[in-house]
Amino acid sequence: MKVANNFTWLIGGPQGSGVDSSANTFAKTCASVGLFIYGKREYHSNIKGAHSYYPIRISDKFIRSHTDNIDILVSFEKETLLLHHENVVQKGIIIFDKDIAFNKEGDYLLVPIPFNDIIKEAAIKFDKEKDYSKLQIMRNVISVAASLALLKLDFKHLEKVLQSVFTGRRAKLLDINIFSASLTYEYIKSNSFDQKSNYEIIPIENQKERIITSGTTFTGIAKILAGCRFQSYYPITPASDESEYLEAHPEHEVLVIQAEDEIAAITMAIGAALTGVRAATSTSGPGLSLMAESQGWAGINEVPVVIFNYQRGGPSTGLPTRHEQGDLEFSLYAGHSEFPRIVIAPGDIEESFYLTIEAFNLADKYQLPVIFLSDKSIANSIQTLYPFDIDNIKIERGKILSEDQLKEIIEKEGRYKRFKITDDGISPRIFIGQGIFWNTGDEHDELGHISEESNNRTKMFEKRMKKMETILKEVDNSLKYRLYGPQEAEYTIIGWGSVKGPVLDNLEELNKYYSINFLQIILLKPFPSQEVLEILSNSKTIISIEMNYSGQLANLLRKEIGIEVNKRILKWNGRPFSKEEVFKAIIDAINLDTKRIVCNSGI
Amino acid sequence: MSYKLADLKTDYNIDWCPGCGDFGILNSLMSALVDLQLDLKKVVLVSGIGCSGKTPHFVNITGIHTLHGRDIPFATGIKLANPELTVIDIGGDGNTYGIGAGHFLNAGRRNIDITVLVFNNGVYGLTKGQASPTLKLGMKTKSLPLPNINQAINSLSVAIVSGYTFVARSYAYDVKHLKQIIKKAILHKGLSLIDILQPCPSYNDIHTKEYFEQVVNNSKRIYKLEDEGYDPEVKDPNNHQEIQEKIVKAILKSQEWGDKIPIGVFYKINLPTFEERLIDRYGKKLNPSKSIFEINNKPSTNISNLIEEIKIR
Repeated sequence: MKVANNFTWLIGGPQGSGVDSSANTFAKTCASVGLFIYGKREYHSNIKGAHSYYPIRISDKFIRSHTDNIDILVSFEKETLLLHHENVVQKGIIIFDKDIAFNKEGDYLLVPIPFNDIIKEAAIKFDKEKDYSKLQIMRNVISVAASLALLKLDFKHLEKVLQSVFTGRRAKLLDINIFSASLTYEYIKSNSFDQKSNYEIIPIENQKERIITSGTTFTGIAKILAGCRFQSYYPITPASDESEYLEAHPEHEVLVIQAEDEIAAITMAIGAALTGVRAATSTSGPGLSLMAESQGWAGINEVPVVIFNYQRGGPSTGLPTRHEQGDLEFSLYAGHSEFPRIVIAPGDIEESFYLTIEAFNLADKYQLPVIFLSDKSIANSIQTLYPFDIDNIKIERGKILSEDQLKEIIEKEGRYKRFKITDDGISPRIFIGQGIFWNTGDEHDELGHISEESNNRTKMFEKRMKKMETILKEVDNSLKYRLYGPQEAEYTIIGWGSVKGPVLDNLEELNKYYSINFLQIILLKPFPSQEVLEILSNSKTIISIEMNYSGQLANLLRKEIGIEVNKRILKWNGRPFSKEEVFKAIIDAINLDTKRIVCNSGI
Repeated sequence: MSYKLADLKTDYNIDWCPGCGDFGILNSLMSALVDLQLDLKKVVLVSGIGCSGKTPHFVNITGIHTLHGRDIPFATGIKLANPELTVIDIGGDGNTYGIGAGHFLNAGRRNIDITVLVFNNGVYGLTKGQASPTLKLGMKTKSLPLPNINQAINSLSVAIVSGYTFVARSYAYDVKHLKQIIKKAILHKGLSLIDILQPCPSYNDIHTKEYFEQVVNNSKRIYKLEDEGYDPEVKDPNNHQEIQEKIVKAILKSQEWGDKIPIGVFYKINLPTFEERLIDRYGKKLNPSKSIFEINNKPSTNISNLIEEIKIR
């Protein structure tokens, strides 16, 4: 049986050798002929040399996850072949350097490529023989060309993408790359490898307009649209990509400041927010740890600031370039004592966009720190998406006093009180430069002056915490949770963050056998207990799924609504859940008598 | 509308110890503000933690009393987000040279137009007198069980080599001198440090008012650099030799301590501020706090160029 348009392609190689750009070129070419893609970047905490790989899953339908199975494996070095060949499916294709001795028993199509001959021929043709070693980078374009030739895709599609890739400073390399790619196409055809290939791409005409983007890029775009004009950060993987994206677009005037550490990063953002600008910082686990005390300051001073935390493997330095959802509990509680805070988690790249804008709205409306709990999988994956709907996006700034309103208050009450006790806990805000007010990390009175008076303490603490109730009352359900699949089901899968993709990609198939729905929690603090309890009371068995050791959401459910989930699907090996793995884990959770289903797929 | 000293006072109770040097600093700061007649709505005091950190509550302008050692990054965020503001940062020696040392140093790399006042008394007053980073090795102030085991840092030298473009020292009880230095520092375009010798009557029984004002070898221990004809200012910021000479001279002066303690401006240079460097980067003067990004609750930023970049063709 021929396979058309639905397969996984994987390229691997030493870090710094061009794996990422090959994968991007391949993904863009497939997307350009109407297909959908999902790509996952895996890399070491290393600059050059360590093994990295990048699977791109292709489909004619919208997809949101990667697979463990590989249909086409591409590499020009041995390590990738050794590490990944076992995941290649029967009748799959392995593309490798003909100068490497490699053999694999079984029903596979082995395609040795004469990388060196092709590069040599191109070098001679373009009179660049002295640059031969530099031209080795063309192994990437040759790999992509070989793959697309085996997929029987017309060369013109690759040519078009290469024209969009080799621009500016790299434009002079366009011709030699196109030439090498065409030599590769000829080689595949003249050896009839394409005829032996079981796979093909059949372009889909008249596809709707789509985009291809990563989590950090799309979040960056959302920040610009949301009006974020101040971002301070300290370099950290994988969060820095987002700050660098903003920095690379000075035309949108987001002031990006690289601070001396994460404490400076968040305190700069808080200071900036006090002047009225929408301010944010982006970080990953270790940075969030350093930001604990400052969150308390923003909490007690009711400052809207948004902290984007791209979770990665912890604790400590942990797995700095790998995926985890281990920061939920810390995000809920970081900082001493208690203060109001919002924690929201997007489930995928697309949701990151809308929730980024909501995060700033929530911060402004409720005057508090918001933790936007993303993760490495969302940050570094790429996906085809439909363009978003700007018409439905709202900017809400909450209770901000105009000059006239401030004047009126001062005339009526004698003074402006930054922390005026109100019924909903929210006091109208002014900015530095607009009028006089005080902030302090000490407990304070309505003016903002230090106060250790006991009655004031009782009232002021309560006023702040009251905002948590106000949020739950006012916030739309779509910001609290999403329920997918049947409204009522025998089994409810509950999760948060990037588990959404692989769960949704399996939901239809699973419902052929069982009655299953998926409850994704978006608002993790304050916790929408009432709504979640209502949904969970409809199901017989509750199965949690999350990328951490203990099941932090499951723990939270017990604390907030007193429900103990029946089964916990867990994984902490640093590699995101794959589509097949989640399918099997859910089947196991339903059928096996074990409480913890531990997953471990991925290389 | 002009304002007087009385307008700058709040009715918030000042709870510093009787005889504290901080009173002199507060008076000098308020007098400097009266002399400068700034638009008070656009002046902000940002402070750290400790006795000095309470200062903003005593002055009737916007005051942001922050975290221990973090006042400088708070002030940085405020100033960069709204460069129209005059930002005066206040910290103690423990706050600024101890827990906040990383920020103190890195602020020099930026040269943002803010003024940093350090109330330097050699001890951690509010926690009952532990040794601060400016207390010399072997000193035993009255609440230390044993003599100080750490070397002191020379904050003026550190500031000069870190890139501060206005570095001065003054003395809490010389209100006239301190006021003049504060005025100069506020008017200086760039990052200023004023390290202020501030007797702590409760915990530092060595560096007292009497100590600083004592006459040693027929002259006062504290003396003014300007009285010696000392010239701190780099006249030509493009002249590397002049810069080097002035830096070396200032560092040598800042090492002087003991029978003679100099106060005044040690080093001054006019260099492009961070705000000016940002103009090069963004092609215009930014004021993020005034940015308009919504009209009637709808986003007004045109992001079409960003979408073009990710569109599939």
